[in-house]
Amino acid sequence: MKVAYWPGCVSRGFTPELHGSMALVAPLLDIELVELDRACCTGAGVIAEHNQELADTLNARTFALAQQVQGAELMMNICSTCQGAQSECQERLDANAEYRDHVNSTLAGEGLSYEKGLTNKNFLWLLVEEIGLDALAARVKRPLTNLRVGPFYGCYIVRPRRRLGIDAEHPRDHYLDRVIEALGGTVIEYAGMRKCCGFPIITMNKEASLKQAGRHLGDAVDAAADCLVTPCPLCHLNLDLQQPLAEKVVGRQLDMPVLHLPQLVGLALGLDPKELGLNRHVVRPTSVIDWSSSVVGAAA
Amino acid sequence: MAEIHDRPPEQFTLRLRRYNPESGEAPYWDEHTVELEPHRSVLEGILQARDRYDGSIGIRCSCRQAICGSCGIRVNGEPSLACHTHLDAAKASAKDGVIEIEPMGNMPVLKDLIVDMDAVHWKKIRRVTPWLLAKQPVPEREYIVPKESMVDVTQTMACIQCGACVSDCLAMEVDPGFVGPAALAKAYRFVGDPRDDQQFERLDDLSQDPQGIFDCTHCFKCVEACPKDVNPMGQIMRLRRIASADQEIVDRNNGVRHEHAFATLVKDNGLLWEAELLPRSYGGDSWFGKFAPAAGKELLSSLPAILKALLRGKVTPMGALKPHKIPKADLQAVQAIYEKIESREERYELNLYISGEDEAPELLAAEAPSSNGKEGSAEQ
Repeated sequence: MKVAYWPGCVSRGFTPELHGSMALVAPLLDIELVELDRACCTGAGVIAEHNQELADTLNARTFALAQQVQGAELMMNICSTCQGAQSECQERLDANAEYRDHVNSTLAGEGLSYEKGLTNKNFLWLLVEEIGLDALAARVKRPLTNLRVGPFYGCYIVRPRRRLGIDAEHPRDHYLDRVIEALGGTVIEYAGMRKCCGFPIITMNKEASLKQAGRHLGDAVDAAADCLVTPCPLCHLNLDLQQPLAEKVVGRQLDMPVLHLPQLVGLALGLDPKELGLNRHVVRPTSVIDWSSSVVGAAA
Repeated sequence: MAEIHDRPPEQFTLRLRRYNPESGEAPYWDEHTVELEPHRSVLEGILQARDRYDGSIGIRCSCRQAICGSCGIRVNGEPSLACHTHLDAAKASAKDGVIEIEPMGNMPVLKDLIVDMDAVHWKKIRRVTPWLLAKQPVPEREYIVPKESMVDVTQTMACIQCGACVSDCLAMEVDPGFVGPAALAKAYRFVGDPRDDQQFERLDDLSQDPQGIFDCTHCFKCVEACPKDVNPMGQIMRLRRIASADQEIVDRNNGVRHEHAFATLVKDNGLLWEAELLPRSYGGDSWFGKFAPAAGKELLSSLPAILKALLRGKVTPMGALKPHKIPKADLQAVQAIYEKIESREERYELNLYISGEDEAPELLAAEAPSSNGKEGSAEQ
């Protein structure tokens, strides 16, 4: 399937292994990525905090660009925070025609216009709802047998439920668990799996921020997880990049590798761990993979 | 409705978290099976268990119609009003068919399902001076204010002080001193009131407090927890917006600097330049921000993480020094949007709580395939 692809900023900045691994995984799942390279940052909620109309207009521009991609079935992102920020803007734009016209009048100079009703899905949602878990499982070449994986969802993709279309028929707040199972891994439940990683307050209250990251990582260690997997690069920054600092705040050794969702999928689909950028993480995923033999899970 | 109320009584098993701090015993789980019509509330279930099996079960309640805010508890891990949660819905969301009932979080338990609201919730409410500090001179008769401004604060006035948002606040979980969602929503009640004389003082106080408006982690827990759609996090974001844009307060917690740096970096590049965001949040919103002493101190403390990231090739020196940008024509279009919107005399905001929606979402889904075919595949 062809999708208008919004990679976000951090996946091309501080977590380049995320964008890179998505590019490798997509063809294996018959996803054609048409990158929205003209679109700008979603604002991650911070621009909305600064000026709501500005955030709504910048995102309406991205939506309009996505609607121009010929033959694309929907828009796809690989960042929970992008999903949350975009869904919030889209909720307002779709709810009120007068407001939508007002925002579109600002876009008119560029000849762009957003039409109500764009479908925008995180890669996680697309995996379950468009590709399907059975089809995904059928493509697994290197099952994640014996790999104990803790899902870390990130706030923006699980709350608020109504805005994100989470209900009994679309239990999107459980999809990560299902994907791990479909890839042959074992789901490890732990207290922090749907809590906040702390990233949004890293510059405002560093200690509280790192305490959040450290506690969730510690909970996962206590539940004997081999690694975590997350669909959010910002969570990845606080959980992986900041892990050495989080260890100091919570006063314990953590050594918990954190994988991006496309990396975990890529491993199971048989891709080379180095190509997936697994060597790029601050916490080495030695408990995930034996580098000499590329055997997943056996190293643990 | 008739068929709902005609359904015969069924059995529901409740798993209650019991704890009496005075007993010296550890908390424990207690199960009771009650028999009630499925549309009855979890509160009625708890009260039946208390009446029939164990008179010592501690629960606080009063109105039984979601007005008084007394019966806040956790049902299957989610903060809820016991009187506002149907037994059949609670059973459906239970992991093993047994409805799990616990006291709210972030507050000490007095007994069983009763938490100490005074020690946490009410103390925080008092923290924000929850009354009008009227503009002088007080008019002889009533104040005349625009209707819109009062409609604007009705959302926070819908709060029934049940504590559900406090119970699940993830910032408070790691930082118990955080003023918190309920009290900050209450603060907006007065900050947004044109009769109040202390907008600057209120916002300056809550901005400078390290546990004030900039301690919120934006996790949406309170939005989800609130049974009255008060949207506490949304009110906190509005407090930040007014503090920054209208009152031009620069706080000592890097809150406003972070917001300005973020908006500026996206305006200058189209995409976020993370390597510049951190130093500018500490040192100020310009290229020179990173040379400010506050930025230097922060960079030094983050050195272990930065060095490791460089060592692993996660961050390259060039990647950190040079921003990635969108194409020039697009950047100009983005900058034109910024200029148009930021030059407006008044910010244009849409609050769906007040404006409502043009069409119900169900109708949207139904009409979607006919408009351009893109939407149809979304809901399956």
